[in-house]
Amino acid sequence: MKLLYEKHVKGSNYFRFPLQDLPEIDLQETLPEEHWRETPLGLPELSEVEAVRHFTALSKRAFGVDDGMYPLGSCTMKYNPKLGEYAARLPGFANVHPLQPVETVQGALELMYELSLMLSQIGGMDAFTLQPAAGAHGEATGIMIIRAYHKHRGEDERRRVILVPDSAHGTNPASAANVGYEIRVVKSNERGRVDLEDLKAKLGPDVAGLMLTNPNTLGLFETDILEISRLTHEAGGLLYYDGANLNAIMGVARPGDMGFDVVHYNLHKTFATPHGGGGPGSGPVGVKKFLEPFLPSPVVVKTDCGGYDLDYDRPLSIGKVKTFYGNFGVCVRAYAYILSLGCEGVKRACQHAVLNANYIRKQLADDYDFPIDELCKHEFVCAPKKLEGGSDVHTLDVAKRLIDFGYHPPTIYFPLIVDEAIMVEPTETETKERLDDFIAAMKQIAKERRETPDVVKAAPHGTVVKRLDETRAARNPVLKYEEPLS
Amino acid sequence: MRYAPNPDPVVQEMLRATGLSSLDDLFVDVPEEIRLQCLLPESRGATEMSARRQLEELALANYTADDSPIFLGAGCYDHYIPTAVDAIVGRSEFVTAYTPYQPEISQGILQAIFEYQTAICRLTGMDVANASMYCGGSALAQACVMSAETTKRKIVLIPATLNPDYARIVETYAGSGLFETRTIPEQNGLVDLGALNATLTAEAKNVAAVVIQYPNFFGNLERVGQIIAATKGVGALSIMSVDPIALAMLKSPGEWGADIAVGDGQPLGNAMSFGGPHLGFMAVTKKLLRKIPGRLVGETVDSEGKRAYVLTLQAREQHIRREKASSNICSNQALNALTALVYLAFVGPLGLKQAANASHRIACYARSELKKAGFEFQHDAPFLREFAVKVDNPREMNRYLLEWGIIGGCELKDGLLLAFTEKRTREEVDELVYFMKDFQFGGAGERLTVDENDGASASDAE
Repeated sequence: MKLLYEKHVKGSNYFRFPLQDLPEIDLQETLPEEHWRETPLGLPELSEVEAVRHFTALSKRAFGVDDGMYPLGSCTMKYNPKLGEYAARLPGFANVHPLQPVETVQGALELMYELSLMLSQIGGMDAFTLQPAAGAHGEATGIMIIRAYHKHRGEDERRRVILVPDSAHGTNPASAANVGYEIRVVKSNERGRVDLEDLKAKLGPDVAGLMLTNPNTLGLFETDILEISRLTHEAGGLLYYDGANLNAIMGVARPGDMGFDVVHYNLHKTFATPHGGGGPGSGPVGVKKFLEPFLPSPVVVKTDCGGYDLDYDRPLSIGKVKTFYGNFGVCVRAYAYILSLGCEGVKRACQHAVLNANYIRKQLADDYDFPIDELCKHEFVCAPKKLEGGSDVHTLDVAKRLIDFGYHPPTIYFPLIVDEAIMVEPTETETKERLDDFIAAMKQIAKERRETPDVVKAAPHGTVVKRLDETRAARNPVLKYEEPLS
Repeated sequence: MRYAPNPDPVVQEMLRATGLSSLDDLFVDVPEEIRLQCLLPESRGATEMSARRQLEELALANYTADDSPIFLGAGCYDHYIPTAVDAIVGRSEFVTAYTPYQPEISQGILQAIFEYQTAICRLTGMDVANASMYCGGSALAQACVMSAETTKRKIVLIPATLNPDYARIVETYAGSGLFETRTIPEQNGLVDLGALNATLTAEAKNVAAVVIQYPNFFGNLERVGQIIAATKGVGALSIMSVDPIALAMLKSPGEWGADIAVGDGQPLGNAMSFGGPHLGFMAVTKKLLRKIPGRLVGETVDSEGKRAYVLTLQAREQHIRREKASSNICSNQALNALTALVYLAFVGPLGLKQAANASHRIACYARSELKKAGFEFQHDAPFLREFAVKVDNPREMNRYLLEWGIIGGCELKDGLLLAFTEKRTREEVDELVYFMKDFQFGGAGERLTVDENDGASASDAE
C-alpha cells in the first residue's frame, strides 16, 4: 500500500482557514528574518476524500478488540465500552484547558477526586495520583516515591538496590534503573513463585524495595505474599505492586491488605480504557498514608465549602512527572467503567476473568504442555507439546497460525523463565461460545503441528503481508520516507 | 453484568467443566486473612443511561473553550481541529488495538507510525523520530537522560525561560542522579547569553547538554544560533523544545543545528482535554539513532519481497534489555501520534502555515491594541503567538475577565501570558482589550477592591 507521501498531488488540498479582517502586518518587521524557516515542510497534499480513504484503508489493516478476541497475556485486552469514548469526547471534558481557573473546572476536578477514591478503595490504599501516563511511567513514579521516603529518613545513600523477581515484566527493572537504582534479581522456585530462601539472601540494609506482580507473570498467586511482605519490611525495604495483573484479584483481594506500600494500576488494562495501538494509557500510583506527602503535585483536594481545588503546596512531593495532571481523557473512561460496574461488578469481572482462564487451561490440558499445572488466576502460561522425535514448529508458528483463525496471538516467549512460553489471558468480556471457538482453534493447531507442520510454519496465510524480515529492518534501519515531494 | 456476559447457568457449566463447584473455589490460593468479603461502600453498577447522565452532568460543570474565548496557552493551545480528524481517529480498529507486536495484522498501525515519524522528521528537520513520548515535558526529561548517557557528562543547563511545568519534570527526573541541572537566568525574556557563556566556561567538559525552548515559555524567540554555537564550543549537545505549529514558520531545529528536538504535539489536532492525553515527540540526528528511547518503526520486506513495516531496533527496549534498556517506556501515546498525523494530512502544508500565520497575525493585532490601550509588556523580544503583558493583579484581572465570559491568560508574577490561535477573532480580542483596560485603568479593579474591603469578593458578587 502506498504511503501518504506517495499520494501527494500538489494543489489538491483545499483546506483553508478563514481570512480575518485584520490590519496588514509586515513579517519583516514582526518576525526577524533569521527566524524564518527556509526548508519546505515536505508534508503531502491530498484531497479530503483521498486522505479519508488512506486512513480508512490503514484502519482495515489493523486488528483491535472490536475485530476479535485478543488473548494477549499481561495486557488485559478486554472490551472497551463505547460509553467511555462518548464521555471523553463531551465538550465539557475535551474542550477544557488545564490552566483554567479552578472555579471553571469543578466537574473535571470532582471526577479526578472521585476516581482517586475509587482506585484507593479497590486497592486498599490511602491516596492516589493520576499523573503518570502509562504503566512504566507509574512504576518510575512509584520508585521515585520510595526513594523520596528513604531520603527523608536519611537512608537514601545506603539503600541503592531494588529487588525484582526473574519472572517480572521487563519494565520493572528498566523503570527502577531509570530512576537510578541498581537491580538485584530474585529467583523463582519450582512452583513459579518467589523463592523465599533466595529472597532472604538478597534482602539487606542496601535494599530500598521489592517490586512484585501478584499474581505473577505465570498467572500464579504468590501464596507467600504475607511472608514476603514481612521479610521485606523487616529489612527496611518497601513493597511495590505492579498492577498489570490487577484484573486477577480486584474485588477479591487488595494489594494494600497484602502489605504493599506503593501500587500502580494500568487503567488501559484493568479499567477497560482502550490501548489505541500503543497508548495513551494511564498509570495512576497509589500509596499508604505514610507516603502521601511524597506524591507528585498538584493533588486534587476537597475544600471546606464542598468544592475542589488543586493543592501545589506539598514540600515533600517528588515533583512532577507529566505536564498538567495526567491523561485526563483516559481517566474519564475509567471512571465511566467503574461507575458502570459498581463494587459488585468489579468483583464479578475479576471472577469471570479467572474462570475464563481456568476454563481454557483445562480444555487445553491434553494438547499443550503446562510447566506448572495448577489453578491459575486471570492468565496461564503453556507451551507447544514436546513431541517424540522433536518438532521444528515453535511457539512463534503457533502464534502466527492463530491469526488465520481470526485471533490475535497471545503473548509469546514471556515470561523468560519458561521455554517456548505462550501466555494466554482471555479476560472476562469473552463469552463461552467465543472461548470454545478459541479452544477449538488451539486444538486444531496442535493437530496440524503433528500432521501438517508446514501449514503452521508458513502461517499466517490470509494476511496482507507474510512474515517479515526483521533482521533486515534492524541491520539497515529505514525509519522514514526519504523522497522529497514535488 | 454488562461487561462479563456469561449468564449464571453458563458460569455453572464452565465451573463444572473446570472441576470446580463455585466461583470462590477459584481463589483458594489467596490466603484467607486477605480475602475480601466485599468492597465498601457497597454499590451496584449504574445502568448505561444513568452513568451517561452522571458523566454529562460532570462535563456540564466545566466551562469550555466553546462557551468562552480563551487566551490560555503555556503548553496547551486551542487550535482548530478539522471535523474529519475525529471521524478517522475514532475508528475502533485504531482505538482498540494493542501495540503492533504482530506485524502481519498490524500493518495499518505500523505504516501510520512510519508516516508519523516521517512527518516529525520533516517538521523538525531531524533524521530520526520515535513513535511518541508521554508529553513534551517528559520527552525533554528523557532527552536530558539520553544526553548524559551519550556524552558521559552530568550537567544539563536549563534556561529560566523554559516552561516551569517542564522544568519541574526535568528536575524530578534529575532526582535519579543520572544527570544534574543548572539554571541559566533570563534577561528581557530571553536566555542571558553572558550568564550562559560564563557557565559554559566554568563547567566546560562537564556540560552534557543545553536546553532551548523555541518559542520559549514567554512566547519569545530565543537567539538560537548563538546558544547552539556556544554549546558546540564545549562539545555539549543542544536540545530544542519546539512547538509543531510554530515550525510551519520558524527555522527548524535541524536548520539551527540542534542535536535533539522534543516538544508537545497537542497543537496538532489533539483536544486540550484538561491537559491530556496529548503526545510528546522526540527526534534526533543520525548520530544518536541507537540512543533514542521508545518505539521505532522501520521499513522491511516480507517473505515474498513485499514492502512492509515492523517495530525495530528493539534491542534498546525494556522487554529485551530489562535494566540496561535506553528507557523504560512501553505504552506511549500512539493514538495521539496518529491524531497528529491525520491532522497534518487534512490541513496540509498550506493549512499548517495558515494556522501559524493567522495565530501570529491575531497576536500582533492584540499586542498593538493593548499598547494603544496603555498596556506595557514584560519583554520586547520577537514573538510568534504568545506574549506577556504587564498587569498589576493578574489573578483579579482573570476573575474580572471571567465575569465577562472571557478565559484570560496564564498568570505570571505581575503579568498575564496571553496566547492566540487562528480560532480567536478580532471581536474577541477587542473585547479582551476592552475589559482588561477597564480593569487596569478604568477603575473596575478599584471597584472590586472596595467590594472586597466590604467583605464581598468578586465571585460572591457573581
